Amino acid sequence: MNNIFVRNIIRFVILILIQVLVFNNMNLGGYMHPYIYILFLLLLPININRSLLLLIAFFTGITIDYFTGTMGINASASVLLAYLRPGTIRLFFGNHDFSSKEEPGLSSFGLIGFFKYIIVLVFISQLLLFFMEVLSFNNILYTIQQVILSTLLSTFIIFIVMLFFGKRAK
Amino acid sequence: MRTLFILLWKNQFFLLFVILEVVSVFLVTRSYSYHGALAHNTTTNVSGSLFSTYSGITEYLNLKEDNVLLAEENARLRNGLSSSFLLTDTQYVYRDSLYKFIPAKVVSNSVSRSNNFMMVNKGSKHGVKKEMGVVSSFGTAGVVIGVSQNYSTIMSMLHQNMKISARIKNSGQLVSVVWESNDNLLGSVIDIPSHIKLFYSDTIITSGNSLIFPEGIIIGTIESHNKEKNKQLSRATIKYITDFGTLKHVYIINNIMKAEQDSLLNKMVN
Repeated sequence: MNNIFVRNIIRFVILILIQVLVFNNMNLGGYMHPYIYILFLLLLPININRSLLLLIAFFTGITIDYFTGTMGINASASVLLAYLRPGTIRLFFGNHDFSSKEEPGLSSFGLIGFFKYIIVLVFISQLLLFFMEVLSFNNILYTIQQVILSTLLSTFIIFIVMLFFGKRAK
Repeated sequence: MRTLFILLWKNQFFLLFVILEVVSVFLVTRSYSYHGALAHNTTTNVSGSLFSTYSGITEYLNLKEDNVLLAEENARLRNGLSSSFLLTDTQYVYRDSLYKFIPAKVVSNSVSRSNNFMMVNKGSKHGVKKEMGVVSSFGTAGVVIGVSQNYSTIMSMLHQNMKISARIKNSGQLVSVVWESNDNLLGSVIDIPSHIKLFYSDTIITSGNSLIFPEGIIIGTIESHNKEKNKQLSRATIKYITDFGTLKHVYIINNIMKAEQDSLLNKMVN
């Protein structure tokens, strides 16, 4: 319990710092904005209390918003991700039984399963995020282009990070 | 009543989700408009010191370019010194200082979002207040919307709600400059009357009507003017003179007469 707690705190601090200092300054072709901090939410224990998950997500989003000066935008996207996370896990891995401390990852979900899990949740949260940012449907094609390219980039980076730092598949 | 509570408790996950989303959306809409952002900005020393520590590490990478820029600007300013002019007119000219420039360093900056902000390392301690104009060494850069003790947040020209009162330099015609292009180099000039025809590289300057920017600061040059028939007002594309992507040093403009001008305007309204 203690171990999980400490590990997640460290992960939170590192991912927030990397997001705010590195990835927020990244500007690839003008429309790719990698959002890596959501990896923290994606890696919380599988059987975490759902309401607690929502509160953690809100807090994480607000922290990012605080640094970027965009109050509420990241918070709304993170909360949506947290809301859909339990359902997504049930949808993809419904027949699995996970132990209470197990975290999502390559070893628990498998390579393909983890990829599906990430790309779906990243896509949905970034869809909300970019529309929240513009707050209009003018230029909708440009926004969707941003969403798709950013989702692909974020998923790619998250996957690389997991291959380096995550537990390997058995 | 009890069943209601049980029902609510059973759906606490969904309820909590709705509540948190409503709070988020409320926060987003509250700081969306120019005035909203002005009223609800959360500039603090915590985020400021994080960014300035980080930019303290990375600024060495651009030292060479920065030096060139500052040297160029020094040269321009020296040209403006009174010692650079031969005084042929011996009449005494009285001048009162109108604007004070506060130099500041950009510690965090975005250019590719739908709404862009910067943070600089000068705050209320250095005399920065909300709604002061911000210029780069070349021309306009933004408006201060949030101030903490040591840092301030600036709404960049690259923001959907940015609208600057401007003038066409040649004709003196009043127009407005907004940003609606998603491109950090280009903005739009709107409200151009039908009898005006703009050409490539015509200069657009600030009008000085808004009390935020002094008159005559360069905003950018015209790229193209799309004139439509049967339209009273046309629009044009402007290329900003400030390169927001590489912006490192800015000046915050303290209009010393602003309080006086504001109170005069208020008197007129009331």
